[in-house]
Amino acid sequence: MTVAIDRATGKRRGDRAPRPGPFRRLRHGYQKHWYAYAMIAPVVIVLGVLVLYPLAYGLYLTLTDANSLNTARTIGVNHIDATYKFIGLDNYADILWGDTAYDRFWSHVVWTVVWTALCVTLHYTIGLGLALLLNQKLRGRTFYRLVLILPWAVPTFVTVFGWRFMLADGGIVNSALDALHLPAPLWLEDTFWQRFAAIMVNTWCGVPFMMLSLLGGLQAIDTSLYEASEMDGANAWQRFRYVTLPGLRSVSSTVVLLGVIWTFNQFAIIFLLFGNTAPDAQILVTWAYYLGFGQQPRDFAQSAAYGILLLAILIVFTSFYRRWLNRNDQQLAI
Amino acid sequence: MSTPSTPSTPSTTRPTSAASTTTVETSAAAAARDTPAAPKRRTRRGESTPAVRLVSHGILIAASLVALFPVAWLVYLSLGPDKDDYLHPGGIWGKMTFDNYTFVLEHTKFFDWLQTTMIVTLGTTAIGVIISATTGYAVSRMRFPGYRKFMWVLLVTQMFPVAVLMVPMYQILSDLQLIDTYLGLVLVYCTTTVPYCAWLMKGYFDTIPFEIDEAGRVDGLTPFGTFARLILPLAKPGLAVAAFYSFLTAFGEVAFAATFMLSDTKYTFAVGLQTFVSEHDAQRNLMAATAVLIAIPAAAFFYFVQKNLVTGLTSGGTKG
Repeated sequence: MTVAIDRATGKRRGDRAPRPGPFRRLRHGYQKHWYAYAMIAPVVIVLGVLVLYPLAYGLYLTLTDANSLNTARTIGVNHIDATYKFIGLDNYADILWGDTAYDRFWSHVVWTVVWTALCVTLHYTIGLGLALLLNQKLRGRTFYRLVLILPWAVPTFVTVFGWRFMLADGGIVNSALDALHLPAPLWLEDTFWQRFAAIMVNTWCGVPFMMLSLLGGLQAIDTSLYEASEMDGANAWQRFRYVTLPGLRSVSSTVVLLGVIWTFNQFAIIFLLFGNTAPDAQILVTWAYYLGFGQQPRDFAQSAAYGILLLAILIVFTSFYRRWLNRNDQQLAI
Repeated sequence: MSTPSTPSTPSTTRPTSAASTTTVETSAAAAARDTPAAPKRRTRRGESTPAVRLVSHGILIAASLVALFPVAWLVYLSLGPDKDDYLHPGGIWGKMTFDNYTFVLEHTKFFDWLQTTMIVTLGTTAIGVIISATTGYAVSRMRFPGYRKFMWVLLVTQMFPVAVLMVPMYQILSDLQLIDTYLGLVLVYCTTTVPYCAWLMKGYFDTIPFEIDEAGRVDGLTPFGTFARLILPLAKPGLAVAAFYSFLTAFGEVAFAATFMLSDTKYTFAVGLQTFVSEHDAQRNLMAATAVLIAIPAAAFFYFVQKNLVTGLTSGGTKG
C-alpha cells in the first residue's frame, strides 16, 4: 500500500521496516517534515477556526440553556449581554429520557435509521441494476446514461419543487392515481405518505450517483475473469456472485459509506419538501435545524445537543463499518 | 493491495471497450469445468439474446421516463401563465406562454441572486481547490507524524451534520460580523468541501509517480517548487474534479444559505427560489420558471463535467 513508501524521498520501505523510536522521530520530525506541515497549514487553520472551534463551542452550548432570548445580541444600537447559564448535562438527560423524550427524540431516531437504511438499500440495488443493464453492449446506452443521470444534474432544490408540484393535492400524481381508480393519498399532509414521499424523492435523487460509481466499478473488472469463470462453467448468477460482486467490493464499500453519511445528513430534500409542516417526517438533522432556527424562541442549546448526538451516532457507525470491512484486510479509503 | 483487479485510475480515459456481459448466456462450457482456463486476451463482444436485450431496453426506457418526468413536468408547468395552473395541467397546452420567464427576469431579484450565487460558488471553488490541493499533496507524498490522525479528522469532518455546526457557526459569524456577507458563506462552504476535495486530490496525487518529485528534487527544486511547477500541471484533471465538486456542492447547498444570508438581495438561488411560496401566496408559475432558468445552466455545466466528476469521485474513494 502507499503507506509503505516514503514518497518525499522516494525510498521504498518494506512494510515491516523498523520504525525509529519516538524521540528520534520527534527530533527529526521538524527538519524533515516542516514543509508538510506548511502545506497542510491552510487547511488546518480553516478547519480549526471553522470546524473544531465551532465544535468545541457547540459542545459548550449543549451544556448551557442558551436560546435566542438569552444569548448576546444587538438590537439596533443596544447590545444585550448573554445571560444563559451552565446547566451541565441536563440537555442530554432531557433529550434522552426527559418527559416527552420519545416524541422529541427517539421517534426521530427510529425514523432516521429507517430512512437511511431504506434509502441506501434502494439507491444501491436500483443503481446496481441499472449499472448492470448499462454495462451491456446495447444500442443507445450512452443516451440512456445521459437521461438517467438527469436527477443528479439538476440541483436538488430545483427538482424537489418539481416533486412538490407533482405530489400536491390535485397534482399530476394524484390525478393519475384517480384516473386509474386508485386511492389518492395526501402526500404532503399524512405522516405515512409524507415519509413515503420523502423516501421516493430521495431515491430518485440519489440513484444516479450510485449507478455511475458502480458502472465505473463494473468497467474496471477484468474481462478475462468473466471468460475464465465461463470456461469453468459458471452460470450467469455464479458469475455475478463470484466475479462481479467481489470485483465491486472496494467501490461498493466506499459508495455505501458515503451514501449512509449523505442520506443520514440529507437536509435539503425533507426541508424543502415539507418545510415546517411535517414534524413527524423530520429526520434528526432537519429536526435539530427546526429546534435551532425554525421556531421562536430558537433553542440553540437543544439544537446543538441534537447535533452532537447525531455526530456521535455517525462516528460510532463509521468506526464499526471500518472495522467490519477491515476484518478481511479490506482497505477503505474513506 | 486488497483487490488487484480494480485498477481504477482517475484519468478521464477509461477503456469503455472493457465492458463485458453479465447477462444470461447459456454456457456450453460445463464440460471444461475441471480444466483451469487460461485467461485469454481477446475482447469478447457482449452478445445477449434478443429477449434479454428487449427486457433491458424496456427497463431502461421505463427508468429514463421516471428520471425525466419530474424535470419535464417542471418545464411544462413553467409555461402556464396562472399560478394555479399546476392543478389543471391540461389547460396549459392551449395557452402556453413565456410570460413567466420575462416576468422573472424583469421584475424579481433574479439577477441579484445570480450574482450572490456566482460570487459564493466561485469563491468557494477557488479557495477550496487551492487549500485542498496543498493538503492533498502533503498527505499523498509525505508521511509526517500525525498523518493518520489528520486523515481521520478529514473523514470525520465530512460527516458533520449541518446541525452540529449551524448554531455555533451562527454565533461565531455574528461575532465576526460575517452574517449576511459573501465571505462568511464562502468560508462556511469551504469547511464542507475542503475535506472531501483533499481526499480526492490525495487519490489523484497518489497516481502521479513519485519519481517525478524525485527528479524535481534532484534538479534542485524545493518541495514547494516541486509541487507548484511539476505536480500541479500534471494534476489538472484532479483539480478540475475538485473544482466541479466544490462548485456543485456550493451551488446546491440550502441550510447554511437559508440561515446565514438575511437580506433578500443576497439570497442564493436555493433560498431565493423559496421566496415565491409564502404562507399567503404561492406564485408557483413564477417559481417553476425560475427553477427552469436555474436548472438549465446548472444541468448544462453538470453534463459538461460529469464524466470527469464520476471517475474522480469514485477513484478518490477507492484509492488507499
